[in-house]
Amino acid sequence: MKGRVSLWLGLGLTLVFALAAAVSFLWVPQDVTQLAIANKMKPPSLAHLLGTDHLGRDILSMIMVGARTSIAVALVAVGIGMGLGVPLGLTAAAHRGGWLDEIIMRGNDLVFAFPSLIIAILITAVFGPSALNAIIAIGIFNIPVFARVTRGAALSLWTRDWIMAARVAGKGKARISVEHILPNVLNLLIVQGTIQFSLGILAEAGLSYVGLGAQPPTPSWGRMLAESQTMISLAPHMAIFPGLAILLTVLGLNLMGDGLRDWLDPRLRRAR
Amino acid sequence: MSLLRIENLHMAIHGFPVLKGVSLAVGVGEVLGVIGESGSGKSMTAFSVMQLLPEGAVCTGRILLDGRDVLDEDEAALCRMRGRDVGMVFQEPMTALNPLKNIGAQVAETVQIHARVGKAEAWARAREALARAELPEERFPMSRFPHELSGGQRQRVVIAMAIALRPKLLIADEPTTALDVTTQAQILALLARLAREDGMGLLLITHDLAVVAGMADRIAIMKNGEVVEEGPVSLLQAGLQHPYSQALLAASTHQPERDGGEDGDVILKAEGVIRDYSGKRHLWGRAAPFRAVDQVSFTIRRGESLGLVGESGCGKSTLTRALLGLEPIQGGAITFRGQPVHPAMGNEMRAGMQVVFQDPYGSFNPRWRVEKLVSEPFHLMPEQPQNARDRVAEALEAVGLTSADMEKYIHEFSGGQRQRIAIARALITRPDLIVLDEAVSALDVSVRAQVLDLLADLSDRLGLTYLFISHDLNVVRAITDRVMVMQRGRIVEEGPTDQVFTHPSHDYTRQLLTAAPKLPEGAAA
Amino acid sequence: MLRYVTKRFLSLCVALVVASAVIFTLVEVVPGDPASFMLGINAQEDTLAALREELGLNGSLLSRYLDWVGGMVRGDFGTSYTYRTDVAGMIADRMQVSLPLALYALALSTLIAFPAGIWAAARRGRVGDVAVMGATQLGLAVPNFWFAMLMVLVFAIKLRWFPAGGFAGWEKGLWPGLKSLTLPAIALALPQAAILTRVMRSALIDALGEDYIRTARAKGLTRGQALRRHALRNALIPVLTIIGMQFSFLLAGAIIIENVFFLPGLGRLVFQSISARDLIVVESVVMLLVFAVIVVNFAVDLAYALVDPRLRTRE
Repeated sequence: MKGRVSLWLGLGLTLVFALAAAVSFLWVPQDVTQLAIANKMKPPSLAHLLGTDHLGRDILSMIMVGARTSIAVALVAVGIGMGLGVPLGLTAAAHRGGWLDEIIMRGNDLVFAFPSLIIAILITAVFGPSALNAIIAIGIFNIPVFARVTRGAALSLWTRDWIMAARVAGKGKARISVEHILPNVLNLLIVQGTIQFSLGILAEAGLSYVGLGAQPPTPSWGRMLAESQTMISLAPHMAIFPGLAILLTVLGLNLMGDGLRDWLDPRLRRAR
Repeated sequence: MSLLRIENLHMAIHGFPVLKGVSLAVGVGEVLGVIGESGSGKSMTAFSVMQLLPEGAVCTGRILLDGRDVLDEDEAALCRMRGRDVGMVFQEPMTALNPLKNIGAQVAETVQIHARVGKAEAWARAREALARAELPEERFPMSRFPHELSGGQRQRVVIAMAIALRPKLLIADEPTTALDVTTQAQILALLARLAREDGMGLLLITHDLAVVAGMADRIAIMKNGEVVEEGPVSLLQAGLQHPYSQALLAASTHQPERDGGEDGDVILKAEGVIRDYSGKRHLWGRAAPFRAVDQVSFTIRRGESLGLVGESGCGKSTLTRALLGLEPIQGGAITFRGQPVHPAMGNEMRAGMQVVFQDPYGSFNPRWRVEKLVSEPFHLMPEQPQNARDRVAEALEAVGLTSADMEKYIHEFSGGQRQRIAIARALITRPDLIVLDEAVSALDVSVRAQVLDLLADLSDRLGLTYLFISHDLNVVRAITDRVMVMQRGRIVEEGPTDQVFTHPSHDYTRQLLTAAPKLPEGAAA
Repeated sequence: MLRYVTKRFLSLCVALVVASAVIFTLVEVVPGDPASFMLGINAQEDTLAALREELGLNGSLLSRYLDWVGGMVRGDFGTSYTYRTDVAGMIADRMQVSLPLALYALALSTLIAFPAGIWAAARRGRVGDVAVMGATQLGLAVPNFWFAMLMVLVFAIKLRWFPAGGFAGWEKGLWPGLKSLTLPAIALALPQAAILTRVMRSALIDALGEDYIRTARAKGLTRGQALRRHALRNALIPVLTIIGMQFSFLLAGAIIIENVFFLPGLGRLVFQSISARDLIVVESVVMLLVFAVIVVNFAVDLAYALVDPRLRTRE
């Protein structure tokens, strides 16, 4: 029951921000490239529901457009992680105990040993700051996460009799991995995907906050916070709303992940 | 007066009734055997006495221990009772002990919880308890950790914990189900001795009539949360009254009717098969290899049913995987229909031999429909047969299911039905040889009897050849023509089933036969 | 036990070699010519040549790599191009901020997470558990730098309890130093505490569902005794893993928080060096952080062996 509540709450929150990002392509309350210095740092009002920033831009509009950046960066980073990590994990599990497994897992450990933020910074330092490099930096660290989750779940599946039955039916490792293993780890991957998605949004916000994410004029939540910092005592709303946007999006995704876990877990479902 | 008297006990978990008016009694120094199949409520009865029930369980009725009603006691009083007045032994010794604490500390804890004694005194009493459970300190220091002990030894530790304070009542919940026959015999003898020495009441819960036949004073047979029959153990011979009890006894001794195998040509031949597991790699090379199968030779003829018995770890599963061409062998040769068996062998070879596994719950991909599950071995055919659906239907009907079951998912079936589906899957390619790897071991006795009948019927009708692998001597005796006994990777004895069972020639075979629990002569419904 | 330690130690050495090679490649090979990268496109040819000479870029890749590694082993991290000082000394200075900050945050996170996780696990499914789990959901979702900004607004600007930024140094005593690290440590610890609480709770719940807990209850232990004597130590194994990961994260991942509070720590040093394109400093600090992570993981592996007797006797 509790799982249902977090699932719906999380789904609701996530949809709100996805919708805001989608709508921003067609319409925003106020064009975010238009500066109106005379109108700067206005607190929330009917004209500007969430107020204006130090350049007089409408904060609600900025948040809506910023959602696009956050979602795009995190989504592609999850895609990279899944696209490479899942096949790696399946391969490692299929060759469990062999040298291929050993190499893949040691490689994983190695990536885990690098402080992710520092490497993200290193990548952007060598290749220059951009949304694309932020995606790559975050994506690389998703690979071992998915590889590990996939391998762990696949390992326990490989000991099942039904896999033995498939081998008696003459099926090879690759085919068994795709036909029998992948569909049965998919639930877990969906749950992990939502978690990595939310971590991606947090990471993107952090990188843009220190100026290594999306570059101006593309609005992003992290940079909105960076710009608000010096004016925090004069115009706290400039800091509060973008932060809340991050908080609620990440919260929504996490709740959705938890809810999905409970809902998809057949053990829990049977007990219900 | 009875030591334990359960009167009209009802128990429901989240409103779902589990026990429906159970009444039982155990006298001082008496052994009560409670027998039932899965879902009969026999274990829940035991846990009700301990009041260690799952969350949401509600008991009504009376559970009188020495005249005091357990159901009226508060949690503190119950904690004082558990371990001191009532000890308990569980089914799964491998997980029943804390892996991070040594056995001395775990046994001494029972003493320390209940008696205000110092550490030295508690350890001295733990030492004594372990010695009584036949783990003397000279050979099993109390600093040992559970992972350094075998399953049987761990069960002795659990028993030592349960009897350390010489409780009045000992509850043993399937204490030997997870153990090999020879270990089972030793543990049962130990429990009987301790009960006799301490004048303890023993509540022995099991699914196996033969286990209680040897040691219980009285028996109670449970079904669906009710006691259907209760009485002295002599009822087994004098005649059980309730139809369910009679059916249970009949199933336990069931011999399926078989035509007996005629001698066909040799279809599978193993010559000097060796299977080594390479030693674990470490810094300075590899540990010595472990020889799981050692110089095994035998033949199977078309139409016969060959048994392979042995205890866990004897190498029978490893041998099975090699025979199926799933793992390479390091010496000798296996030939099937005259051609060599190896991991890279062709599909037409694999189509000729299929397998049925033990666990009806782990043998199927939960996401596939039965039609896809049963037809998976068609992968071995050069092309999918035109009438694939018809053949699936045919196979399902052959095992006593219906073609409508094709559309269902595996979770919609019971354990026995799943094992029938596994047999259907094995039949689908019309193989010559079916390997039955502990195929009925996980089933309740009455279901087991039905599946054995099915197997006998199929082999008669379709001329199938079986390799029947099991640790259960009774089952092997019922279904095979010839039997091999395996110990530590070797076949120690081989011959016609009746001869091996009546006149065993090897010591190990004799040992196995003596250890196996037997129903008394004349115990038939 | 000895075999286990040796094995872990060897894998530590391999990890260090591979990690240093990766960092070297990323910093010195990928950008092409590090000298022109550091000086920018408008650099004079003779300045470039001088810098190449100074950095020893004229040798082969292998000899440069070996020089770099050899120098670090001797404690010589090279000389910063922008600051014109010894990199080892700079790192030592910055460690005086980063290390105490990481330890402070780790202590806070552990002090919050252990009781909260245990409390929630013992009340599984009840109101207290739901409340703790809800709080951890918030803790996971809050961007820590935003939370830091809000704390600055409330506790530094409005209430004036703590400084808004900068580091007082340890010279004036323990308290001024700790005071300037308190808000950053809380900001760092908050999400970590949320993670650790969840891990502690779920590890305990898993342990409480094990058969040996039922055995312990059958001996007459109360629920609480079974939790303290049997479940807790078993639950510690996954918790240790997370604590190890968190320490390295706190050491390296403080960069953003150091930015919010203008703390002169390691993370900020990397960040400044990247802006200044001072590759020598970047390379050394990153290597040092990776070294710390790998060593902490090694320590965690050893801690496992202390907790779990199965590892001590296993091959």
